[in-house]
Amino acid sequence: MATLVQAVRMALHYGEEHLGVTDVFGEDVGPPLGGVFTATQGLKTAWNSPLDERGILGTAMGIAYAGGRPVCEIQFCDYAFNSIDMMKLAGNQRWASAGGYDMPIVVMTPNGAGIRGSIYHSHSFESWASRLVGWKIVMPSNALDAYGLVIAAIKDPNPVLVLLPKALLRLKGDKLIPGEPADPEELGRMIDAPIGDRSGWAPQWPDLKEYVVPIGTGDLVREGTTATVVSYGRTLPLCAQAADELAREHGWTFDVIDLRSIFPYDWDLISASVTKTGRLLVVNEDTEVTNFGEHLLRRAVDEHFYDLSVRPRTLMGRHVPGIGMNQVYEQNSVPQLGQVREAMREIAAEPA
Amino acid sequence: MPELNDEEPGELPGGLSRRRGRMLSPGVAVVRNGREALSVELALTIFRQMVRTRALEERGIKMSKSGEAYFWVGGPGEEATNVCLGLQIHKGQGPAFDYLHLHYRNAGAMLAMGMPVIDHVRQLAMRATDPHSRGRNFVGHYCVPTWNVLPVTSVIEVQFAMAPGTALVQKRHGGEGITVVVGGEAGTAEGDFETCLNWSTRPGTELPVLMIVTNNHFGISTDLRTVRVNRPIVDRAAPYGVRSETVDGNDPIAAWHAIDRAMRYCRRERKPFLLETMVSRLHGHSSSSGAQRVWDEADPLALFEQKLIDDGAIDVAAVRAMKDEARAEVDAAVVEAMAESQPTPEDVNRFTYARSPVDAVYPDDFTGLPGKVQSSK
Repeated sequence: MATLVQAVRMALHYGEEHLGVTDVFGEDVGPPLGGVFTATQGLKTAWNSPLDERGILGTAMGIAYAGGRPVCEIQFCDYAFNSIDMMKLAGNQRWASAGGYDMPIVVMTPNGAGIRGSIYHSHSFESWASRLVGWKIVMPSNALDAYGLVIAAIKDPNPVLVLLPKALLRLKGDKLIPGEPADPEELGRMIDAPIGDRSGWAPQWPDLKEYVVPIGTGDLVREGTTATVVSYGRTLPLCAQAADELAREHGWTFDVIDLRSIFPYDWDLISASVTKTGRLLVVNEDTEVTNFGEHLLRRAVDEHFYDLSVRPRTLMGRHVPGIGMNQVYEQNSVPQLGQVREAMREIAAEPA
Repeated sequence: MPELNDEEPGELPGGLSRRRGRMLSPGVAVVRNGREALSVELALTIFRQMVRTRALEERGIKMSKSGEAYFWVGGPGEEATNVCLGLQIHKGQGPAFDYLHLHYRNAGAMLAMGMPVIDHVRQLAMRATDPHSRGRNFVGHYCVPTWNVLPVTSVIEVQFAMAPGTALVQKRHGGEGITVVVGGEAGTAEGDFETCLNWSTRPGTELPVLMIVTNNHFGISTDLRTVRVNRPIVDRAAPYGVRSETVDGNDPIAAWHAIDRAMRYCRRERKPFLLETMVSRLHGHSSSSGAQRVWDEADPLALFEQKLIDDGAIDVAAVRAMKDEARAEVDAAVVEAMAESQPTPEDVNRFTYARSPVDAVYPDDFTGLPGKVQSSK
């Protein structure tokens, strides 16, 4: 089974071959490295840009204006902040020009904590991104969804931000990507560049097929009746694992929703689940003040106040300036498995 | 100080008297500024477009004060540069033609390219018929996809970060299409200016970008000399090995030839060029600072008018007729635009998203918050 980052790479290859991708570029995106996480290794349109995030965004916009289909990467979302007004413009150009120009760009960037990335490689970006009107923002939590969401992002003629959870990039999926060889070692031999000299290396791409995860569709990864848990990215597998443990230990069952799209989000899926369970917990690792999860809570309160059995709640990253290098900092800044399980236990156990 | 707009100054800058009534010299073929010349035919074409541009800008200022419009910003004082630019654009759609990343003082370029006066007025009057933005954007924030005119923003200098993208596609496409990016001198303090220089000079991927800096010495109220070393803007090109030139942008003869030289270089060499054009700002930054007429800066229109009269290329009566015609054209456009429809509340969401085959929530366009909004009652 492919890892999440291999899935991204294969989706980009599919995009180059079948969907008209003209440029995959960013810092260290081209040869020899192919991206600091190898997401762009071996791609025929990949090239290295200057170390200039504003230039990356602006050039992507220019390529799109002139009819190209660019995919660009911001090396870590921590470095996207100096380009946020370029992102704002990419999102508003179609509206501002009353439909004059579409803006078919894809921006990928690794997101969140979990790789001991310290202060400047652990940020989350989805709450900032959710305010970039005109964009679509997606975040896969497994390899197959990553493949399907990147292909959707390329096919969508609007700006799409693909947030890649750093902690899950090396995680192997449990479902085959269409066209992927069943033997994961064979896939690695085909598409992973060798360590050291790569000058003579070329990938052998599998015969990949199109697979789309429609933007705006969540995935119900666990089904239950006790409570609804909405998450995405790094914290999603933690929620699923906690749901399994709590089901075994206490018999509580949860609807665990992998949101997959931050915007547009699958409100109908959340809404139906909250109507059923009357209990809502939103889990993510972004900092807790003006967190995207608060918006979901606002809608839950506005639209489901009388459906709720207990107060709806969130489990989010703490409002601190960064995530420190020592694991004490990270474990006490962003949700870990134990905290997720405890929050789910509390919402399940609270009397109505 | 005269009130504003359509009053004529009594004297030209420098105390020169305004000469009137010289007869047209039959047979004059060119007008010169010393070493350079334009045919009379071209000079009069440029002059007429400058007159139209000035008439439009002055009417726009009035509209901003009369309540017909709300806000004015534009380029009185930049007409010579703008018209000479607009007349030399390879106009069309797609990478074979020139891309224009303009700023908000380029009415002259657009009129010279053939934009109808009324399309400018429609944006100023915030009408639903505004083809650039459907009444959403400030005046002068053009967007004309059929001419590769990209949406103008008020955010200073960001267009310089986008220009390498269109130019990269043009470089691959081949041909003579170039990317023209225009901004003021104040904006060169932004990193995006450096981005354009840097991304346009990657070895082996040099890009056909004509960077034009219109230098009017002011960023709103801030004098350039107080916030920047007193060196020419074009010095910024040197570290990148980019060819450059500074030109008197108030002289259409000089501006025409400087733009011609720069464009020919970009078109044929497929490399960038930085052109700094020294211009005036005759009505301040915008209506937010009053837009009063500034009389102590050189007026490119008055100077060129006098030169054409002195050289016998035109006479006073013909100038007057040309100005009357331009004002009548603009007045008629204002009357027509003001009678046109306003945007409606239903327009607010429109054009947020392009149709998408892979979006389950917004397959057509933005329709409000995702999903069905439930009633809590």
